[in-house]
Amino acid sequence: MKVSYFPGCTLKTKAKDLDAYARKCAEILGITLEEIENWQCCGGVFTTARDEIATKLSSVRALNDAKEKNQALVSVCSACHNVLKQTNYAMQTDEEFASRANNYMQLDEAYLGETQVLHYLELLRDVVGFDKVAEKVVNPLKGKKIAAYYGCLLLRPNSVMKMDDPENPTIIEDLIRALGAEAVIYPYRNECCGGYVALENPDSAKEKSLKVTNSAKNAEADIILTACPLCKYNLEKNGADIPVVYFTELMAEAFGIKEDCNA
Amino acid sequence: MRKEIENLQNEIIRISGVNPRKCMRCGKCSGTCPAYDEMEYHPHQFVSMVESGDIEPLLNSKSLYQCLTCFACVDRCPRGVEPAKLIEAVRLAAVRKQGQNHMTANDIPEKLDEDIPQQALVSALRKYSK
Ligand code: SF4
Ligand code: SF4
Repeated sequence: MKVSYFPGCTLKTKAKDLDAYARKCAEILGITLEEIENWQCCGGVFTTARDEIATKLSSVRALNDAKEKNQALVSVCSACHNVLKQTNYAMQTDEEFASRANNYMQLDEAYLGETQVLHYLELLRDVVGFDKVAEKVVNPLKGKKIAAYYGCLLLRPNSVMKMDDPENPTIIEDLIRALGAEAVIYPYRNECCGGYVALENPDSAKEKSLKVTNSAKNAEADIILTACPLCKYNLEKNGADIPVVYFTELMAEAFGIKEDCNA
Repeated sequence: MRKEIENLQNEIIRISGVNPRKCMRCGKCSGTCPAYDEMEYHPHQFVSMVESGDIEPLLNSKSLYQCLTCFACVDRCPRGVEPAKLIEAVRLAAVRKQGQNHMTANDIPEKLDEDIPQQALVSALRKYSK
């Protein structure tokens, strides 16, 4: 099966490993990630103001590209996924915004949010199935206690993201269990790491990040698992003394292909 | 209310899509806000101050740049007010004014370290400048 793939700027630079593991694991699962041609950065954050049009067009272009190929649009980075889904929702529900965006786009057929936007985790759960993921495990991660870290971007706003219960999510824990490890539940798993405020007020980001790390450690986690390069950066920068690992890396390890990805 | 303020109030309400009159002043948004300690005006105050037209202090407040856009206040408000969208609209009203960028590309080099992901830079510039 083929899906359209939007890697995003960070997966081409600081988070190349997040991307490489994602591609290799998809292959194992029989999914081809077809990178969108000439994609442009999503901007990192979705501006909720309805009169902000130009900054959302790179997302609209990617969404329309997937529509023309009749494919779902998949991303791995939490931020790209959040921006793509929120933009798509605005194209579906805000007529004025959609008409102004389409005016810029000059497409043969207007884009009105037809594309299905999936996070890679949703692809695993809803298209592949975690039972099929479990079948590919050759190196079960027995005995590892892993804390899923959702942060804010994967789950909120829930009315748009519709990925999981925003206060009691299970999608990453279900993946952890499929890979043979133990999932640890802790209070701060869906609180923000401080995000981009790391640039404006590093002390603020530090305080938010430490709360998350300490909460995971209090639950006796060995590893924190994330889908977001900025979460990983903030936690590591701010004193995480347990490993913070991308979920795709953990999957590659369980599939026994981690070394191939580093090649 | 001065005409100018009234226009600004209408503009903020229009581009945010938020109706501040739905708020029942329960304070849950501020209670759940992870940036509460860094803010002088808190999410529930943004809602009530925009409603009453007391917008000038918000435009000049550092609170605009401390919000993490984590949407906790949006998802946890029992009345569906969506305070973060209002904060975003006030921030845009501030940074869209000529010469009012809070952060520019020139400010970035001194903030860099070798690990910082691109995502952080593009997000900060989108939030803090026009
Ligand atoms: S949570 Fe909602 S209703 Fe309660 S004070 Fe905040 S905006 Fe108002
Ligand atoms: S979006 Fe901003 S105001 Fe709302 S809870 Fe998060 S940090 Fe606080």
